[in-house]
Amino acid sequence: MTDGWSVARALTDPGSVAGLDATGWTHLLSAARALSLIGTLAEALADSPVPPGVARVLADVRQSNVTGQRQALWEAKCASMALTGYPGRVVLLKGTAFVAAGYDAALGRSIGDLDILVEHAGLDQVEALLLKAGWEWVKPDPYDDAYYRQWMHELPPLIHAERDRMIDVHHTILPLTAKPKPDAAALIAAARVLPSGLYVLSPADIICHAAAHLIADGDMSGGMRNLWDIDRLVRQFVVEEPGFSDTLAERAKLHGLTDAVGRALRLTQRLFGTPIVFRLKPQSRVVTAQSGHGLRLSPENEKQVTASDALFLRRITAVDGWGRKTRKLTRQAFYMRSHLLRMPPAMLARHLWTKWRKGHRG
Amino acid sequence: MRHSCSITVGPARFRIGSDWRAPVDQLRALYQDYPQDEGVPDFTVRLQATSSIRRLIKPQVAIAGDFTLPDAAPLPLEQGLLAAEMAMNLQMALGWRRHLLLHASAVSRNGRAVIMTGVSGAGKSTLSALLGERGWRFLGDEFVLLDPDTGMIAPFPRPVSLKNTAIAAMEREVDDESRFGPVMHDTPKGTIRHLRPRTEAVELMTRETRPALLLFPRFGYPRAVRRVDEAESFVRLTQASTNYVALGERGFDALTGFVRAMSACAIDYADGEEGVEMVERLWSEQGGKVGERAAAA
Repeated sequence: MTDGWSVARALTDPGSVAGLDATGWTHLLSAARALSLIGTLAEALADSPVPPGVARVLADVRQSNVTGQRQALWEAKCASMALTGYPGRVVLLKGTAFVAAGYDAALGRSIGDLDILVEHAGLDQVEALLLKAGWEWVKPDPYDDAYYRQWMHELPPLIHAERDRMIDVHHTILPLTAKPKPDAAALIAAARVLPSGLYVLSPADIICHAAAHLIADGDMSGGMRNLWDIDRLVRQFVVEEPGFSDTLAERAKLHGLTDAVGRALRLTQRLFGTPIVFRLKPQSRVVTAQSGHGLRLSPENEKQVTASDALFLRRITAVDGWGRKTRKLTRQAFYMRSHLLRMPPAMLARHLWTKWRKGHRG
Repeated sequence: MRHSCSITVGPARFRIGSDWRAPVDQLRALYQDYPQDEGVPDFTVRLQATSSIRRLIKPQVAIAGDFTLPDAAPLPLEQGLLAAEMAMNLQMALGWRRHLLLHASAVSRNGRAVIMTGVSGAGKSTLSALLGERGWRFLGDEFVLLDPDTGMIAPFPRPVSLKNTAIAAMEREVDDESRFGPVMHDTPKGTIRHLRPRTEAVELMTRETRPALLLFPRFGYPRAVRRVDEAESFVRLTQASTNYVALGERGFDALTGFVRAMSACAIDYADGEEGVEMVERLWSEQGGKVGERAAAA
């Protein structure tokens, strides 16, 4: 039966698609599309022999990749021009950052909104400049607006009136209600400048952000794509960044994201065979890809971690050959988890009550 | 999914899955002349219940597939066929990259095509259906596919989506009842009934034609003809294209080449008969000649 694992297999071992029949291909393409990994798959298979019908579909996708990335860079440029008068650093996040920095993770990466990070003290000025340059509010609802401003790690989303593209302006990488408190000032201070004058997070911080976004915030709906980002980034940074493994451990600790990064790396290892570069707990020994061992944990801990990792993987691969979401209970459990992570129970109850009264769903 | 079928229209192959049997049966009947072999599809469409209860009680069809719109409203199961058609259109509009897509209808004669474009309700669909019954080859009533490399039109002859008064007009025109789909009342666009094109139009749907005459028809106005220059045609067609921006420079080159290759007219007409007569007249005055010039070039 097709699920997300077939996509993971095709991405890591393009040769494995050789034996697929028409049905197998159909299911693989639909599952990859539903997981937002069709662009990545198209690039991974660019040099593999595939049936003519598949080749046509993948050629279309590759063309859309080029357009999508060009538009993402243009959108970053537009934001940069709008923010000329802002003296602080403007840090690109997520997909746009990968493309702008030329990282391997950019290959085939689909990009939706533009995400930027600025320091909290600069938010008012950045907001005013963007509004002046043609962006406007998406959510006019006063409760949502107030909620974003009080509790979220970003401004309420803005959309550009003419280009119809969204921008998320972050001042940190997790909601203020979440337990881990990443050091936003340190993220911005360590960011690296690009020739365009825009910044991207340092390599270790990019991994911390990806892990935080996946493990400590979201409901896993874009989970596999996030993990693929991490896989590509880790493989590149291990080679190109001296001392990357130690730096990552330090930065994860600084941001309170040691568990999240550990989890993310275990999951990428299971899905994509990512080299292990990270010590799970300060006490445990560093485990490298070369040593060939699994993560060192006490047997009891190991059992718990393995069981919960399996649950994460079950959620992340929950898609079928029609591109439908499957495993409804697991998905709902993760949806509730995402809310619990963001809010203490009493606050969650108040939030849901307000939403229900307004007739919102979820 | 519980029920499914495959349908090929022009260069595009669709896989349609459904939680119910009825929409799939209706599709199979309406598309009986079209290839229905199962290969790897270009697009997957899903007609799925909005919730598990809604599969059985007051069934509601959610439109889903490779490409979706977040705010697409579900339709009642009686309009499942319409949901499938809308979903297929949506896949083309958002996902197709092999051609420049123009929201237009088209017919051809002697390998040269008349392209008719306009906002919904301008009459382009009915006009193409009428011409398709009167000696023209029907190429499509919804999308015209322009090949950026060759400048040729690839037919996309889906069943015509007839709305409201156009239904009776075409029922008078076509005496073969089996070519009509079920009548769907109270849809978001009023009453809708599909008309399957003549068998020849479907049999010839892989054969491309050369664009020769561009028209901007407007139904329900006193008779008038106005020449439209290249610049105006270009701007109006960028608005009528769903993938012009996505194709980037290829789209720009395709569209500028397209508007330069032929003459264009805006035509106002009071009823279908007048519309057909005006298209015939313009065709004999300029379409044929311009087409020959373009073909020679």
